[in-house]
Amino acid sequence: MAAMQFRQAIVNALADEMRSDPTVMLFGEDVAEAEGPFKTSEGLLAEFGPVRVRDTPISEMGFTGAAVGAAILGAKPVVEIMFIEFLGVALDQVVTEAAKMRYLSNGKLSVPMVVRASCGSGLGFGSQHSQTLENWFTATPGLKLIMLSDAQAAYSLTRAAIQDPDPVVILEPRILYAKRGEVDKNVKIEIGKARVLRDGTEITIVSSGQMVDVCRAAIEESSVNAELIDLATIIPWDRETVLNSVKKTGRLVVVEEAPLSGGWGSEIVAATTSALFSELKAAPFRITSPDIPVPYSGPLETRYIPTKDDVARQLKEVIATGKTPKTWWEMEGLK
Amino acid sequence: MSIQLERRKAVQTDEVAGYERMLEIREFENQINGLFAAGLIRGTTHLCLGQEALDVALAAELRPTDTVMATYRGHGVALALGLTPESVLGEIMGKTIGCCGGVGGSMHLADMTLGLLPTSAIVGGGIPIAAGAGLAYQLLGQDNVGVAVFGDGATNIGAFHEGLNLASIWKLPVIFICDNNVYGEYSRIDKTTPLEDLHMRADSYKMAHYAVDGMDVHATRKGIKEAVDRARSGGGPTLIEAKTYRFAGHSRADKALYRPEGELEKWMERDPIKLTEEDLVKRGLLDSAKIEKLRADMTKTIEGVVATCQAAPDPTVASMFENVFTK
Repeated sequence: MAAMQFRQAIVNALADEMRSDPTVMLFGEDVAEAEGPFKTSEGLLAEFGPVRVRDTPISEMGFTGAAVGAAILGAKPVVEIMFIEFLGVALDQVVTEAAKMRYLSNGKLSVPMVVRASCGSGLGFGSQHSQTLENWFTATPGLKLIMLSDAQAAYSLTRAAIQDPDPVVILEPRILYAKRGEVDKNVKIEIGKARVLRDGTEITIVSSGQMVDVCRAAIEESSVNAELIDLATIIPWDRETVLNSVKKTGRLVVVEEAPLSGGWGSEIVAATTSALFSELKAAPFRITSPDIPVPYSGPLETRYIPTKDDVARQLKEVIATGKTPKTWWEMEGLK
Repeated sequence: MSIQLERRKAVQTDEVAGYERMLEIREFENQINGLFAAGLIRGTTHLCLGQEALDVALAAELRPTDTVMATYRGHGVALALGLTPESVLGEIMGKTIGCCGGVGGSMHLADMTLGLLPTSAIVGGGIPIAAGAGLAYQLLGQDNVGVAVFGDGATNIGAFHEGLNLASIWKLPVIFICDNNVYGEYSRIDKTTPLEDLHMRADSYKMAHYAVDGMDVHATRKGIKEAVDRARSGGGPTLIEAKTYRFAGHSRADKALYRPEGELEKWMERDPIKLTEEDLVKRGLLDSAKIEKLRADMTKTIEGVVATCQAAPDPTVASMFENVFTK
């Protein structure tokens, strides 16, 4: 066990994979000489050299596509996208090329590539640099999608993603990079397995990314006996763990950072409702950001993201009334 | 005429006013650093120190009815085009008096009365949009010009090549201005790009292209004027490479320690503000006493702007729900 920052857990995962597998390589904007804009590749150029650790031009389509080609032909590339928004220009290579290669080669081709990207709000980066955008990927069979929530997840899941024979997108909440947490390098987290972070009996909370900490704080504030599940892998998601938990608690809330419409939480709510309808004590519901771009101004961005207080309010309310709580913006008459 | 349009007219008609605008941009950017340190600005910012001549030259040669699609390094372009320092700093501080009401921030400045489209925080993102502005003018039979301003790093992204090609085959009234400040984020241009003269890339699109000395406001104005005239008269697009230098790091967190020793100092000898002062003194339009006074006044003015913006109210929570769609 060692305490380290979330970003250091990523560095460690990359370094350990590169040590154990000489075909693992890393490239992206300013990842080599500058050691990453968020210092997630500290020391890697020095240890592994410029063939395996490369700076790229600002050409996301070019280098992400190159990762697809290299992955098919024997490399295990990890590409870093500085802000997830920058993958917009390269989405084709991930969603339409990488994710279809195995299928379109009658199972003969494998694309063992990893796309890592920082994401999320809370730091005042404005509406083009603060989205999570995980929902860009959720309707793409052939692609795996991970969102990290702490240093242990960062270490274990980054290693698992590099070892995985299929393309994996990993979202790293930017606000967590400097946050410290315990990392046990022997702990393995399988892709597709959720993490039950707290046992509880009254309600199941499914969350991901930076919202996991918000949920933890909300549980404490509300004194609700909640079971907290970090979904960790959003695609394919762990139905068994979620359904078993809801069978026990009879209630479900999904807490997401992304805007309300089109979120992965809807899938979880729908699947759970269909499977366990008669066993539910309340209608499963979601807590999300409103359907607006991420605002820049501090007081606005702070309200935009689901807060500890608001999650706590809704937890208490659903248990007390059995009814779906209103969103904070509905309560304030905003939309 | 609004204060903003008067500010625009001033740089178009008065060289000393153009010089003062460069001073304003310089003083403004210098203040930003202090405001970050004091915790009065959040997020990030990308300073345009060293690139003031290009911003002012652009504002001088374009009409307010022309449109500019600039980038996250956009404080200087916005001020040069005529936005008031209050509306720019107010935006950077997330206040209601900001040009976007505080929801945009440092990377997203806009004012359509001056032709400034919302600056883009995505490298290259604005290039095809500027081509689209030219397309609208062509369709509507207007003699306006669409302009994209972008950095050297953007010439390696697909949007640059696609945008230029389109503008060329459709002969759009567009000017592409590559502000080659030598660094794309933390990487020196020679590490990411196999050619030194980036404007040469327009050759493959059969587009007029040339470099201008971006530290020299006259040379830059001349280059832009030629392109504006071509665009307005139906001669099609131009790629201009303005050779400048980024005096600051990429963004707030970057101390630019990767620069070769002496490079910054060498470029600072050709500081655009210094060159403009020398020129105006030589031509008898300014003297050292006047310069001293203008500089001191500007410092005071910007300090006043900071105070105004600090005192300005934060936006209401309800305001962030506005403008997502047409109501």
